[in-house]
Amino acid sequence: MTNCPTLIVTVGLPARGKTYISKKLTRYLNWIDVPTKEFNVGQYRRECVKIYKSFEFFRPDNEEGLKIRKQCALAALNDVRQFLTDEGGQVAVFDATNTTRERRETILRFAEQNGFKVFFVESVCEDPDVIAENIVQVKLGCPDYTHCNTEDAVADFMKRIKCYENSYQPLDEELDRDLSFIKIIDVGRRYLVNRVQDHIQSRIVYYLMNIHITPRSIYLCRHGESDLNIKGRIGGDSGLSARGKEFAKALGQFIQSQNIRDLKVWTSQMKRTIQTAEALGVPYEQWKALNEIDAGVCEELMYEEIQQKYPLEFALRDQDKYRYRYPKGESYEDLVQRLEPVIMELERQENVLVICHQAVMRCLLAYFLDKTAEELPYLKCALHTVLKLTPMAYGCKVESVCLNVDAVNTHRDRPSVRFTNTHPLSMSVSLVLVKQASPIINLRTLCSSFTTQFGKPGCNVMFIALHVVDNKKINILYPYSTIKINLFKSTS
Amino acid sequence: MIIYKIPLSSHKFQYISGKFQIWNISKIPQTKFPENFRKSSRPQFTNCPTMIVMVGLPARGKTYISKKLTRYLNWIGVPTQVFNLGQYRREVLQTYKNYEFFRPDNEEAMKIRRAYASNALKDIASYFTKEQGQVAVLDATNTTRERRGVIINFAKEKGYKVFFIESVCDDPEIIEANTMQVKLSSPDYENYDKEEALVDFLKRIDCYKMSYVPLDEEKDRHLSFIKIFNVGSRYLVNRVQDHIQSRIVYYLMNIHVTPRSIYLSRHGESELNLLGRIGGDTGLSSQGQKYAKALAEFIRGQSIKDLKVWTSHMKRTIQTAEALGVPYEQWKALNEIDAGVCEEMTYEEIQATHPEEFALRDQDKYRYRYPKGESYEDLVHRLEPVIMELERQENVLVICHQAVMRCLLAYFLDKSEDDLPYLKCPLHTVLKLTPLAYGCKVESFYLNIQAVNTHRDRPTVNRSQATLLLTIHYLLICSRAPVQKPSPA
Repeated sequence: MTNCPTLIVTVGLPARGKTYISKKLTRYLNWIDVPTKEFNVGQYRRECVKIYKSFEFFRPDNEEGLKIRKQCALAALNDVRQFLTDEGGQVAVFDATNTTRERRETILRFAEQNGFKVFFVESVCEDPDVIAENIVQVKLGCPDYTHCNTEDAVADFMKRIKCYENSYQPLDEELDRDLSFIKIIDVGRRYLVNRVQDHIQSRIVYYLMNIHITPRSIYLCRHGESDLNIKGRIGGDSGLSARGKEFAKALGQFIQSQNIRDLKVWTSQMKRTIQTAEALGVPYEQWKALNEIDAGVCEELMYEEIQQKYPLEFALRDQDKYRYRYPKGESYEDLVQRLEPVIMELERQENVLVICHQAVMRCLLAYFLDKTAEELPYLKCALHTVLKLTPMAYGCKVESVCLNVDAVNTHRDRPSVRFTNTHPLSMSVSLVLVKQASPIINLRTLCSSFTTQFGKPGCNVMFIALHVVDNKKINILYPYSTIKINLFKSTS
Repeated sequence: MIIYKIPLSSHKFQYISGKFQIWNISKIPQTKFPENFRKSSRPQFTNCPTMIVMVGLPARGKTYISKKLTRYLNWIGVPTQVFNLGQYRREVLQTYKNYEFFRPDNEEAMKIRRAYASNALKDIASYFTKEQGQVAVLDATNTTRERRGVIINFAKEKGYKVFFIESVCDDPEIIEANTMQVKLSSPDYENYDKEEALVDFLKRIDCYKMSYVPLDEEKDRHLSFIKIFNVGSRYLVNRVQDHIQSRIVYYLMNIHVTPRSIYLSRHGESELNLLGRIGGDTGLSSQGQKYAKALAEFIRGQSIKDLKVWTSHMKRTIQTAEALGVPYEQWKALNEIDAGVCEEMTYEEIQATHPEEFALRDQDKYRYRYPKGESYEDLVHRLEPVIMELERQENVLVICHQAVMRCLLAYFLDKSEDDLPYLKCPLHTVLKLTPLAYGCKVESFYLNIQAVNTHRDRPTVNRSQATLLLTIHYLLICSRAPVQKPSPA
């Protein structure tokens, strides 16, 4: 998505939401598969100056304080460089006040030296209510103020903000017209966007313009138990079973009891979610993007049947459940891409109930709870359970409500027996032993699955068919085929 | 027997696996419907109609933005129309004399201008109420606060949302380029020679400059607007109210006017093409491979600066791109339309095994969804990020498939939903699209490699409305009881 790494630099007085934006943006970028990490200079300061005494540390005439703060900033920049050049990161979020032009110049020079693009995100807010709310929600609970009582903490923090105010030089339309930045004014009432350079910055701007901090809750649940669920089959488009219908009714009662203001209800376009929503008796919107993961040739099969008919596929799926794509179907990775507009719209909305499917719910949950691609396919999303997500401080509060209607368990845990495969195939050549006269395994499918699974862009994968004779002699028949993987992941 | 008077062409149907979903059931008694008939099958972009009001001096790109935005919104399925006050003026005045008409002290002209402006507003109201429009773009200078006040009051009365788009530009080169490209060839200056026209037009701009009050951050902070500075180097966005405004802002922030060309081509002829079968994921036939080589030569011959190449994830496009010998990006979104149960069948087989599906598809090819597959409408939805990225990019070659190419072409050439599924996209032909003035120039290059013809024309046999309704009703009745469909071969 981006050629050279990007450094996002936050700008703003304390309690303007810089860390909130940094964490949220990092979570979003990681979810859409852009390796991102945030570097909070406050953390570095806390490691350097073990105990926080008072706001005096931040006074502009405190020589000692200034020295330490500059050191911390440089240490953070050093870690940024390491993440972007050595650790394969693509975006780093440098979370600090960065209120003076001089400090920003330092960062720009650093980025130029290392070949990073810079994008500033400035948060400007003069509404005293918003600032007070920020302080109460996140500052009072932070490690700096554990030993203070509330009033003292607030007073000290306000004095801290004053220390920055005098030397604050906001990004200017004229003076900074060659920089790339977005100025967020009054928590999103107004935006000033200057010189967006590339695709990733355009996506970041779009995301920042869609998020809000109005209190609300998101309810996630699966459809009621379906007929195919009972038979233990995956996919398909069946209706609800009797217990599923009971769940739909119980869901209706639960929603009523919650007294939610202006609730929107979203379903997929498959019968089982629509039937569940029907029982609520309120208008609902159908999203094709919320349809369950397409299992391709394995649609409507049981896991045992898949293991019999497509044993290799079954094994490969357990290897890397996130990236594995069903033949003629989809992967979790594809699902995430498909769900991105749903997430964007969820960010815009307020109270929403999403009735979806197991794999889809896992992807949405991973976004809200910041789960990695490793954990995502194994998140527990049981039938007949509603998850209520309420954004809070820097994260999300999760309440799980089981509606007490029995259902089958559709969860498959991460298998304990796995091939060790820690290295993507970059240098090594893997030997795949294929038993003679094995009718089920199709060599071509084997090679293509293997390549999709383990091939890394830029490397060669060579398959050698072996003929095992008497378990002793191994004849190498011929190099089966050499498949070169070019710059962007190939599936052929 | 209950007959519902729902004309099939009214885009109110959606086909899902042979069963129907009808939209807007407010017109139909709810109690008489079986369970699986529901309202709106797509997320609503906006609840109440939206007026987009352009603001800016002449030659600032207002009409360019209006037309482009309208084209985009119509393509993603939001009925939109432009109301250009210049058109209204030309209808009232018949001939244009000179810039004197626009002088701020010309009382008579002022009266006429106010009159046709209010006619435009009336037409907008009628577009929203009678023609089910969702967005109207009022393309005029709207440079005074007073005029904008009139529009805001009108919208408030009627319950429409208002979103302003202001284009601010003081770069004389850009203004001159605009003037040369579009103004001098407008009907106003038919009888002028170039130099006189330029002089007159600059005097026209001066007439507006004196009374121009731009949107102000402070004074207009309760309005929803985006201010575009110098063709996109900077944007000021205020109070975005809802989803459609957010999409509009995102779109405006991604378009540019740098000259470039977009090349659209299908993959080379594939093995399934030769067999007359649709879909699937096969490799190129020998003719297809010849085409891939010819394509490489053609691209080299064009000497394109910084060309990006995009393909889908299917073998035939990848093999075509391979022959070019340059890096390419694969987009899953560019995959061919999923024909569901009809994958890898010939049209004759589909007609034999799924006759009513076949008939339904011919009825409304845009909205018809293959059982377990997709519709053209789904394709458009899937291709939206591709279009957004195409807008951001400069020179791009897209190697894709027939249905996908039709959707992309419909976007660039502003084709309606009715025409989209029947656009001609033959194999082994490259289309070069170059944005020009308010539209797109198309050049077609046939690379002289023989291929089969995969195009199916719009069927000429049209059954009458009455028989159509009977058939639909028959299917409605049938859909209440489970229908045993013959399982695909």
